[in-house]
Amino acid sequence: MSTAELPKRHYLNADYNIWSWLLTTDHKRIGILYMISLTLFFFVGGAAAILFRVELLTPEADLVVSPTYNRLFTLHGVVMVFFFLVPSIPAVLGNFLIPMMIGARDLAFPRLNLLSWYLFMAGGLLAIWAIVRGGVDTGWTFYTPYSTTESNSQVMAMAVGVFVAGFSSILTGLNIIVTTHTMRTQGMTWFRLPLFVWAHYATSIIMVLGTPVLAISLVLIALERGLGIGVFDPKLGGDPLLFQHLFWFYSHPAVYIMILPSMAVVSEIIPCFSRKPIFGYKMIALSSVAIAVLGFLVWGHHMFVSGQSVFAGLIFSFLSMLVAIPSAVKVFNWTATLYKGSISLETPMLYALGFIGLFTLGGLTGLFLATLAVDVHVHDTYFIVAHFHYIMVGGAVMGYLGGIHFWWPKMTGRMYPEWWGRISAVIVFVGFNLTFFPQFVLGYLGMPRRYHIYPEEFQVLNVMSSAGASILGLGYLLPLCYLIWSLKYGKVAGPNPWKATGLEWTTPSPPSTFNFDEPPVVTEPAYNYPPLDDSSLPHETSDPTASTPS
Amino acid sequence: MDTSFRLFPDAASDMADQVDRLYFFLLAVSSFFTLLIFVLIVFFVLKYRRGAKVNRYLTPGKSVLALELTWSLIPLGLTMIMFGWGANLFLKLHDSPPDPIEINVLARRWFWRMQHSNGKREDQALHIPVGQPVKLRMISEDVIHSFYVPAFRVKQDVLPGRYTTLGFEPNKVGTFHLFCAEYCGDNHSGMKGQIIVMEPAEYAEWLQGGPSEAPEVAGKKLFEEYRCASCHTSPVNPRCPPLEGLYGRTVKLTDGRTVIADDDYLRRSIVDPAAEVVAGFQPIMPTFKGQLGEESIFALTAYLKTLEAPTPGAGQAGEAAIGDTPPSDTDSKEADSKEAGPEPAPSRDDEPRLPAAPSLDPPRDPSPPEPPSKENPAS
Amino acid sequence: MSDHVAHHFDSAEQQFDAARLGMWLFLATEIMFFGGMFAGYTVYRFLYPAAFVEGSSHLHLVLGTVNTAVLLLSSLTLALAVRSAQVNQPQGTVRLLLATLLFGVVFLGIKAYEYSEKFAAHHVPGKYFVLGETHNPDVVPGHVELFYSFYFAMTGCHALHMIIGIVMVSIVAVKAWQGSYSAEYYTPLEMTGLYWHFVDIVWVFLFPLLYLIG
Repeated sequence: MSTAELPKRHYLNADYNIWSWLLTTDHKRIGILYMISLTLFFFVGGAAAILFRVELLTPEADLVVSPTYNRLFTLHGVVMVFFFLVPSIPAVLGNFLIPMMIGARDLAFPRLNLLSWYLFMAGGLLAIWAIVRGGVDTGWTFYTPYSTTESNSQVMAMAVGVFVAGFSSILTGLNIIVTTHTMRTQGMTWFRLPLFVWAHYATSIIMVLGTPVLAISLVLIALERGLGIGVFDPKLGGDPLLFQHLFWFYSHPAVYIMILPSMAVVSEIIPCFSRKPIFGYKMIALSSVAIAVLGFLVWGHHMFVSGQSVFAGLIFSFLSMLVAIPSAVKVFNWTATLYKGSISLETPMLYALGFIGLFTLGGLTGLFLATLAVDVHVHDTYFIVAHFHYIMVGGAVMGYLGGIHFWWPKMTGRMYPEWWGRISAVIVFVGFNLTFFPQFVLGYLGMPRRYHIYPEEFQVLNVMSSAGASILGLGYLLPLCYLIWSLKYGKVAGPNPWKATGLEWTTPSPPSTFNFDEPPVVTEPAYNYPPLDDSSLPHETSDPTASTPS
Repeated sequence: MDTSFRLFPDAASDMADQVDRLYFFLLAVSSFFTLLIFVLIVFFVLKYRRGAKVNRYLTPGKSVLALELTWSLIPLGLTMIMFGWGANLFLKLHDSPPDPIEINVLARRWFWRMQHSNGKREDQALHIPVGQPVKLRMISEDVIHSFYVPAFRVKQDVLPGRYTTLGFEPNKVGTFHLFCAEYCGDNHSGMKGQIIVMEPAEYAEWLQGGPSEAPEVAGKKLFEEYRCASCHTSPVNPRCPPLEGLYGRTVKLTDGRTVIADDDYLRRSIVDPAAEVVAGFQPIMPTFKGQLGEESIFALTAYLKTLEAPTPGAGQAGEAAIGDTPPSDTDSKEADSKEAGPEPAPSRDDEPRLPAAPSLDPPRDPSPPEPPSKENPAS
Repeated sequence: MSDHVAHHFDSAEQQFDAARLGMWLFLATEIMFFGGMFAGYTVYRFLYPAAFVEGSSHLHLVLGTVNTAVLLLSSLTLALAVRSAQVNQPQGTVRLLLATLLFGVVFLGIKAYEYSEKFAAHHVPGKYFVLGETHNPDVVPGHVELFYSFYFAMTGCHALHMIIGIVMVSIVAVKAWQGSYSAEYYTPLEMTGLYWHFVDIVWVFLFPLLYLIG
């Protein structure tokens, strides 16, 4: 590969003073702002997890007392869900890439985009303030009446923080939908859109329609706690289950807010590193939308033992089974894409393949939870904890890291160190499984979640899990180090180091402020990889004789 | 209790065995698909690695649709089996078996209090006989808790403000964990207890040991103490609906609805009497919310259940008002039941019984009071 | 191409389409926001019909009706304001926007008076709630309190939206006075109109659900 040069003028060096960043309306710079703030929150949430995993090494309380333990897991849940996972890929990669992928100069509402970052930061600061002032001990689920009447912690500040951050999410979703509808360049028809855009479109539907319901639930909690306007108060005849319905109406679809964008990333990486068009483009595109729609109808499967009616349980179980199908279709399609490809295992591909494996396990264990009688046993145990970490960490975070590595050269103009990338991808995969697989066993054994002190027969599995967590923590610290290192010392990447399709790769790396000098014109479907193109990749010397003529 | 390391939980109820069978089915399906995907990925990655000399020619025009349908419909069929199987077991779990042993369960941060049919109470532990169906009637006095017995594979949230029930039938003698599975604050993980399954004979013996007062006797005392009888003395007082034979019947309300007079209805009628007024009566009853704790309400409803319907002709006023289900039994056992309660049982631990104080209820203290009985089962 | 078109749009039409779609989507989020409260209201009204009728009977029906009329008028004047911009009558736009503002403020004034009445009558949920005399003794005060919880949560959120609407109308009124809008470009005006009509429609649902039951 010839020694590429960084472009002279690009979005990063277009302007240097601090206000050019804090008041920027450039979607790429806002993406970077998000990336920095999310990284911060990720390590705050991760530190809490490490602390309570250390505490759980023994069955007794020896590192922290119970109220502190409860604050730690709440901190971990709230920060990871609302301040990392929900915004992660849409706000960083979606922001950065969607306009470029559809050939636009920016998102439809650049100023709203900046506003959404400020709302996110305001919500985040409120959350941190709540933590500094003593933390919150309700769990990230804020169940009433505990959160409204009994908890002596900073529930108000945290609820307001999450409320404000919710509007950031709404604005991001709104921006993505409008941009996809109105800003596509000439020739970019709906079925030529990269699947990344399709999945983000589906995600945005959930953000726009689900988040307001979370917002109103939190408003009602705040009104009840602060002003005594008690909508859920059982002492007045209020129904605490109503809160659970409202909460899960958002928070179940929110799981798809976290996983769909990861599927988006994987759908880009797999064809690129297999040098092959993706298998079943339309099925993958439409299954994203199907997941988004069906996801709104299954919230009651969080409430099989809550005291909701048996009939409701049957309906929600049935619908939850249906939502498994589009996910299964995606997994099969990705696997089929590998068939007769020309596969190379760079870091993004390792993360993508890891994603498929872990998501498969996470998705299948979801079926255990949708199955009524089995859920009665494993509900609110470590089985659930393991299941949703397989989806949200095994799925969403693997996708996020894969995406960051894949587009890192586009965002910064420089390559990350490939060897370190592969090593840490493997460490993350191993550490993750060691942390969370034992938790499935713990769950079926009956260890309830959110338990600070536990019976001693659960200790061996807990020690395994904690050991895994330390490996996983290392796996997350490594990329932080070498990615920062690469900003200065990484090899210059050139416009398209992966020889990938997609409009974003037609621009220089890093791109200029307005992405394209001339609006591009699209004439071919997405992932139109030349069938047997085996040309070299930066880290791989390939054998040109390997290809057989078509 | 066996506290050694293990990978699979005890199974000590009929439900446990059935849930395990379904679990193994799910495990088999999941393992198959996980392995399938893993093996395919590894195989493709190895075979089609960049540079490998393999045939990469794709036959054009092959039916993609057939493949897509296969891998949509087969999973769909499998999930439908899971749904049907799971739903069937779930319905079984919610079935009420004939003649269960009924036990009241009161949850409060952070302890469980159980009250047996003869009034014997215990905290953080539940003694039950093997091989007999048990039905728990549960209520919380503060936040949501969840009654979870892993060895029975059953769990049910315990709510403030209304009863939830949980049924199971232990089939193994032994001691098993009881957990609170719904996060309830500081000492959530300390809200644990033991389920002690005993041979029926031992259980009967255990039940008789220690102080106890039948709940219907306690309820009768409360009934008198709160002067309920000054009004509810059918047929003397036409302003109040008669309570005899009320339990289990259909009641017509002033707003035209009908309700079944079950435990929940009786409870609501005590704490929120004006919410569901019996047709033909005025809402003149004061609320006892805040005066009667949940345990007192358990006792009162137990007493109300013993009030059999009076002989025909005696309760005309009530007959018209209380809807159309004929009284189940016309024997006048009322008089008997009033005398029949297990006589002057040694009075409970107890505080003075003033109408203003929730006398039968444990003090509002986070540390669980001393359980009334602590003897260990012989098992 | 007009100078109102931002750099990242190709044409005025594209910009207008984006703005309109964005506004509709935003209104969809608002529907979901209020929808959460409407769902809760429905559940409790089904559980405690008598208490809701009782609570409703203590609301000031005349003031509620007047407020409905005021809001409908404000929607009319705002729609006419957009119309005058479309036919290039900037002065008419400004006058009609001022009328809209006036109606909006009157609505909030009446609402504030109603709130103060409720406050004086101890009908605000919380520690000091007293039901007092009832029309129908067949109700539990706690359930009526639930009704008032919904009353204050729903009308409170609505009033907050009205305040935001008044700020928006004030801004476009100033802009209109400066002559920013014409038949070529009136997007902000139209967006403000959509938002105002939405807030109006929410009230059209709130009014019967809160004032007219029983």
